Amino acid sequence: MTPETALVAAIAVPAAGALLIGLAGKAPNLRETITLATAVTLFAIVVSLVLSWLDGARPDVTLLTMLPGLSLRLTAEPLGLLFALVASSLWIVNSIYSIGYMRGNAERNQTRYYIFFALALASTMGIALGGNLLTLFVCYELLTLSTYPLVTHHGTPEALRAGRTYMGVLLATSIGLLLLGMIWTWQVAGTLTFTPGGIFKDSVYQPLIGILLALYMFGIGKAALMPLHRWLPAAMVAPTPVSALLHAVAVVKAGVFTVVKVIVYIFGVEHLSTVISFDWLSIVAGFTIVAASVVALRQDNLKRRLAYSTVSQLSYVVLAAAILVPLSVAGAALHIAAHAVGKITLFFAAGSIYTAAHKTEISQLDGIGKRMPWTMAAFGIGALSIIGLPPTIGFASKWLILQGAFEARHMLAIGVIIVSTLLNAAYFLPIVHAAFFRPEAADATPHGEAPWPMVLALTATATATVVLFFLPGVPLELAQQLGDIAR
Amino acid sequence: MIVGQLPILQVIVPLLAAPICAILPFRRLTWLIALAASLLALAIALTLLDQVLSDGPISYLLGDWAAPWGIEYRVDPLAAFLLVIVSALGSVIMLFAPTSVAREIADDRIFLFHAMYLLNLAGLLGMVVTGDVFNLFVFLEISSLSSYVMISLGQSRRALTAAFQYLIMGTVGATFYVIGVGMMYMMTGTLNMADLGTRLPAVAETRTIIAAMAFVVVGIGLKLAMVPLHFWLPNAYAYAPTVVSAFLAATATKVAVYVLLRLVFTVFGGPAMVGLPVDQVLLVLGIVAMFGASAVAIFQTDAKRLLAYSSLAQIGYMVLGISFLTATGLTATIIHLFNHALMKGALFLVLGCVFLRVGSVQISQMAGLGRRMPWTMAAFVVGGLSLIGVPLTVGFVSKWYLIQAALEKGWWLVAVLILLSSLLAMIYVWRIIEVAYFRAPGDDVLQIREAPVMMLIPVWILAAGNVYFGINAQQTIGAAQSAAAVLLGSGG
Repeated sequence: MTPETALVAAIAVPAAGALLIGLAGKAPNLRETITLATAVTLFAIVVSLVLSWLDGARPDVTLLTMLPGLSLRLTAEPLGLLFALVASSLWIVNSIYSIGYMRGNAERNQTRYYIFFALALASTMGIALGGNLLTLFVCYELLTLSTYPLVTHHGTPEALRAGRTYMGVLLATSIGLLLLGMIWTWQVAGTLTFTPGGIFKDSVYQPLIGILLALYMFGIGKAALMPLHRWLPAAMVAPTPVSALLHAVAVVKAGVFTVVKVIVYIFGVEHLSTVISFDWLSIVAGFTIVAASVVALRQDNLKRRLAYSTVSQLSYVVLAAAILVPLSVAGAALHIAAHAVGKITLFFAAGSIYTAAHKTEISQLDGIGKRMPWTMAAFGIGALSIIGLPPTIGFASKWLILQGAFEARHMLAIGVIIVSTLLNAAYFLPIVHAAFFRPEAADATPHGEAPWPMVLALTATATATVVLFFLPGVPLELAQQLGDIAR
Repeated sequence: MIVGQLPILQVIVPLLAAPICAILPFRRLTWLIALAASLLALAIALTLLDQVLSDGPISYLLGDWAAPWGIEYRVDPLAAFLLVIVSALGSVIMLFAPTSVAREIADDRIFLFHAMYLLNLAGLLGMVVTGDVFNLFVFLEISSLSSYVMISLGQSRRALTAAFQYLIMGTVGATFYVIGVGMMYMMTGTLNMADLGTRLPAVAETRTIIAAMAFVVVGIGLKLAMVPLHFWLPNAYAYAPTVVSAFLAATATKVAVYVLLRLVFTVFGGPAMVGLPVDQVLLVLGIVAMFGASAVAIFQTDAKRLLAYSSLAQIGYMVLGISFLTATGLTATIIHLFNHALMKGALFLVLGCVFLRVGSVQISQMAGLGRRMPWTMAAFVVGGLSLIGVPLTVGFVSKWYLIQAALEKGWWLVAVLILLSSLLAMIYVWRIIEVAYFRAPGDDVLQIREAPVMMLIPVWILAAGNVYFGINAQQTIGAAQSAAAVLLGSGG
């Protein structure tokens, strides 16, 4: 397969998979086989893309011209490849987990669930590999639309309300701000193609750059910068595999991915560092990190605590990009991957607790480690990674970001990271402690581990968290390449 | 040579087919005639568009009387584009009509409906091809009178008051228009649009011409339901048979916008316009329409009425595009003529399907339809997303150009307003989608079946058009751009 075909196939395969899943709706086993086969194929395609990229191939495909002068276009570049790699590999694990979860909880409308899941992945690939802002924007909107039926999966009034918040915030920001920013950029720069070093000429009026930056940063609602983060906790009404892959990986990472991409390829790191009024972004991001952590501390619902932790972790990526030195940009890229594997493990654990023990609140988890040792051990490892302690990959990304912050003498960033690490530990470690060291409540009903596909999935991601610390290999390589581009 | 006669044939075909339908009380036969005439008109329109785009504007002299004394029919890219929109939408809607009409119009009146539809089509096509302001008035009356009749064919008795209301307002509008035309004739001695365009500047500062401009703009404003001259429209669309609402929403308002374009650019001189500041008036009215009508749409309980208010808001976009007086603004308006025809056509036809099966288009009655009529409601979702302006639909293309036009002028506040108003569209579209997909169906909804295939095909032709022309907008944009260039060229 040529790299060009692989680019197109990365989007076509999950889309075709969605179609086949729909056709096989009557036969659940066949349907799940198709999901798994699609996920594996997609992963193979992305791996082949990454390998050919490392070999020096630079594929670039124009799909069609949408408006005069503006086309839908796919291009491979390090950040996108890293994101595609993370999303497609975790999709395999998540599909295994989904099968266990959806069957274990006897969920309804499973065919619809798998169809939209595949469509969401197709959109994610489009975001990762989009060669210009228009393509990225189109797929960004498709991702919102295709995840809406997943968020409202249960169809309850609560799910419906959450769905409204979800769609409302995401579409309002993207249509109201991002689209405006994009058309304005097109007006000013005459192109929307992602270009290393940015597309604005030096002659562009500086305050305009500031306005555009604000439009982008708040327009990309999926990055969940405060005060536009409310959709993420709302989305937690979805079945847990949705929260795990989409609201810890695909959707939210699509947000911060777009932030980094816009900073590196539209504005240009160097160009931005000359803009005077730029520092507000690190203040907003820093505030989001600390505030969301404090809020997370006060949540008793496990998924909500994880959601607020995600809000906070997303802003790490924004903050890292806003430090504007190559090291921190590489750290931002690596953090996208690191947080993904760590957070998906935590969500997997939450879902497996719900399936096996029907518990959703943290206060109910005393002593659960003895009944579900695998799950809670994985939870512990995931938590370590989010806190940023060795031997997990979370340490590596935090290290890079901190190094970048020191290089730039960015005291705010350093302070925020230190405070937030303490907060992270404060909201995760008590859970682990309670699970393993507190006695179980006397009236507890006995239960065992979750169904084996779920345990398999969360063990796999927990292992990956540790293995990536010792062998960061390709992800680190891609992140460093991005850092070089930002130089 | 028949090819040379195409401009007049464009009007003659439906005009002659109408009386034939009127004397043949067989609804199957008249339907076939109406469909055949629409398709023939479409074929002529496509041929004309092709000719115009390759060879430049066609001028056709009626009875060989030379312009400006005789009546000139003039087909330029803009006119040809409109001819295609009107006849294409007419054809698709006629394809959809039989089952829906049988449900909504009394059997012994169906042949009359077909006759009136053809008259209306002839009137609309005539308004587009003519290059003569008085001849335009004649066609305007033909199309208006026939639409009053079509609206009054609605089932509920309130259709009669709606038609009457429209009749009063429409007549006022037509009268205003003809008064304005009379004044311009008095000052310049000509009725030919192009000729008027060259003679008006010399007398533009006179009070007569300023009054004339006000009269014609208000007159046409009534026809195109420009806020605040819109009061007839919601009732007319809500109580007319669904097929009629679909046809009027998709074509009649478009032709009215076309006439406004002609007047502002070909006759008044566009950017060079002196006398009345029509552009500033249009700017304010367009923005008011975008917001006011969208806000009212949110609170409607009847889906047809909701779409009617949404149409008012969309007309606001078109009027806004005109007010920029720039090539990009005009492109946005002209492309939106086509795009809005596609979305509103699709959405109204969906409601036709819903009415056929449910017997009502109250939003509350649509609970659970997402499951019972999956194909119908999926088409609604596509049309609705297009209305919001989600990428990969035509609505996105329109919005793109409109915002670009605003930014080009440096009016970023207007750009923000355009985007805010599309968020209002999101709210009213989502209200229906939530009810259809998430509310538990009532007992009577449980027996409902999917609409017949013969209705779904036209619905999906339009829905697919929404996506196709949203992904591949090159041709439509190209046509719109050359139409805009002609308008600006003739105004300079």
